[in-house]
Amino acid sequence: MINYVYRLVSPQFISIDYSNINVSNNAIVRPLYMSICHADQRYFLGARNSDILSEKLPMALIHECCGEVVADRSGTFKRGQKVVLIPNIPAKPSDYILENYDECSHFASSNCDGFMREFVDIPADRLLPYDKIPPQNAVLSEYLSVAVHSVTRLSKYAHECRDNIAVWGDGSLAYVVCCALRELMPKAKITVIGKNLRKLSRFSFAHKTYLNNSLPKNFHFDHAFECVGGEFSGEAIEDIIKHIKPQGTVMLMGVSENKIPVNTRQLLEKGLMLIGSSRSGKEDFATALNLMQSVRVRRRLGSIVYEDAPVRCLDDIYRVFSTDLNTPFKTIFEWKL
Amino acid sequence: MIFGAVLAGGFGTRMHISSMPKQFLPLDDKPIIIHTIEKMLTCSKFDAVFVGINPTWASYMNDLLDNYDLSEENIKVVIGGENRNDTIFNIIAGIEEEYGENDENIIVTHDAVRPFVTLRIIEDNIEAALKYGACDTVVPATDTIVVSHKNDIISDIPNRIYMYQGQTPQSFNIKKLKELYARLSDSQKLVLTDACNIFVMNNEEVKLVQGEVSNIKITTVNDYNIAQYLATGGAESD
Repeated sequence: MINYVYRLVSPQFISIDYSNINVSNNAIVRPLYMSICHADQRYFLGARNSDILSEKLPMALIHECCGEVVADRSGTFKRGQKVVLIPNIPAKPSDYILENYDECSHFASSNCDGFMREFVDIPADRLLPYDKIPPQNAVLSEYLSVAVHSVTRLSKYAHECRDNIAVWGDGSLAYVVCCALRELMPKAKITVIGKNLRKLSRFSFAHKTYLNNSLPKNFHFDHAFECVGGEFSGEAIEDIIKHIKPQGTVMLMGVSENKIPVNTRQLLEKGLMLIGSSRSGKEDFATALNLMQSVRVRRRLGSIVYEDAPVRCLDDIYRVFSTDLNTPFKTIFEWKL
Repeated sequence: MIFGAVLAGGFGTRMHISSMPKQFLPLDDKPIIIHTIEKMLTCSKFDAVFVGINPTWASYMNDLLDNYDLSEENIKVVIGGENRNDTIFNIIAGIEEEYGENDENIIVTHDAVRPFVTLRIIEDNIEAALKYGACDTVVPATDTIVVSHKNDIISDIPNRIYMYQGQTPQSFNIKKLKELYARLSDSQKLVLTDACNIFVMNNEEVKLVQGEVSNIKITTVNDYNIAQYLATGGAESD
């Protein structure tokens, strides 16, 4: 079958490639909804090092996607089954390296084609079925799974006093981390620190919010999530190290293209643990889908979503990336190409 | 009910490169018609997909379906007719023999030699046929259309903004298609090269569905070369 693949060839220039996919190898999934990640936007705008761009492009973007199975000769899924697509394709199982950190793994829209295709051929074990969840929510399963992964790792490594958790950032990543925290660590008091009052006001289910320039001197917490990224990563990490209690754990989640200075003196004095957390694995997806069974979680996630008009032609792809630049949180869209 | 109809009645006389009908020529690793049928099968709205085939090649077609593990799918092979419309009506006869007549039945007819059709085009066809009773897949004409009645001197150059190039699928409410065809005179039927014309000749509206420039019809050797290039990794950019 001839498949249409919509690849970013160079910044803001998308080309259509055609590939012949075999129905007999993998499951074939028709994408239904997609969501734009900052990483996709950075590729689209060319906001990456030129060496990286020339190494990775041409490449189809998008790794947040839900769809419908149109064929699966493995017999795992019936035709018509709604599924979420796991963008991580592990090379081989490992006893101690998680699939999302295995350097041999492939990751859609990072080192292999993302999901901007007419059909996605994908191993059946990289699909998880869902029912009774609207596609506008299911499409966020990858995003929520990244938060689930980070909260799960914190639960595994942090000391057991988890009364107060601080989340730095007021964007969509901070929001989903708070969503996951609220469900997975319901007893913890969540404080969100951001720069934008309007965005902070969305965190209605956090116990407290602060502007980053008005933190009380006696503000302390047990553990923290850094969800800032970009040029303000350093500032956020500086504040976290300043206010966190000794032996706290800091989950670093924000991506920065620049090197970030770290106050090692205070970090050593407090005996802090810094853990990098990125992407997610199949178990995290399963947990995320499980959380989405709750109407409360779905409503919370729904409040940070802007649904743009469906993508029905090549020009619409440019439109959704443009829309995403002007929406404060997540841009999703129906895929009709 | 909604039926797909893959039209493969031709002999491929325009290819001049093979005695085999063009729909059976390989495109990358499989015959063109298999690519087309596989794409039609991705549409979950179809109750069945019919293939209208020249009688000489019917058993060959069945062998292909076996070879590509498609014989279990809901595909019916019927014998095509003398021309395009005969093939469509033979398929309709096959549909009604197996599923009976129903005023709401829709048929989505598609050239076997257009393997670059997309699911979006197929689904838009179904939606338009259900809503309007008939639709045609088109792309705006990019070349200027020149009319010559004597094949020698220009008779007219129509304004290009009103010109479109017809592709397939073409989709119809079966009952309406049959009724309108029955109203045509024998001389009108003789000049029909296109099923949508059955509606147009009866002053019935046919909705336009946006096609894709890439939804090419593999008719000539040049088309075939382009299709091979695209299917094996060539790129098109807009």
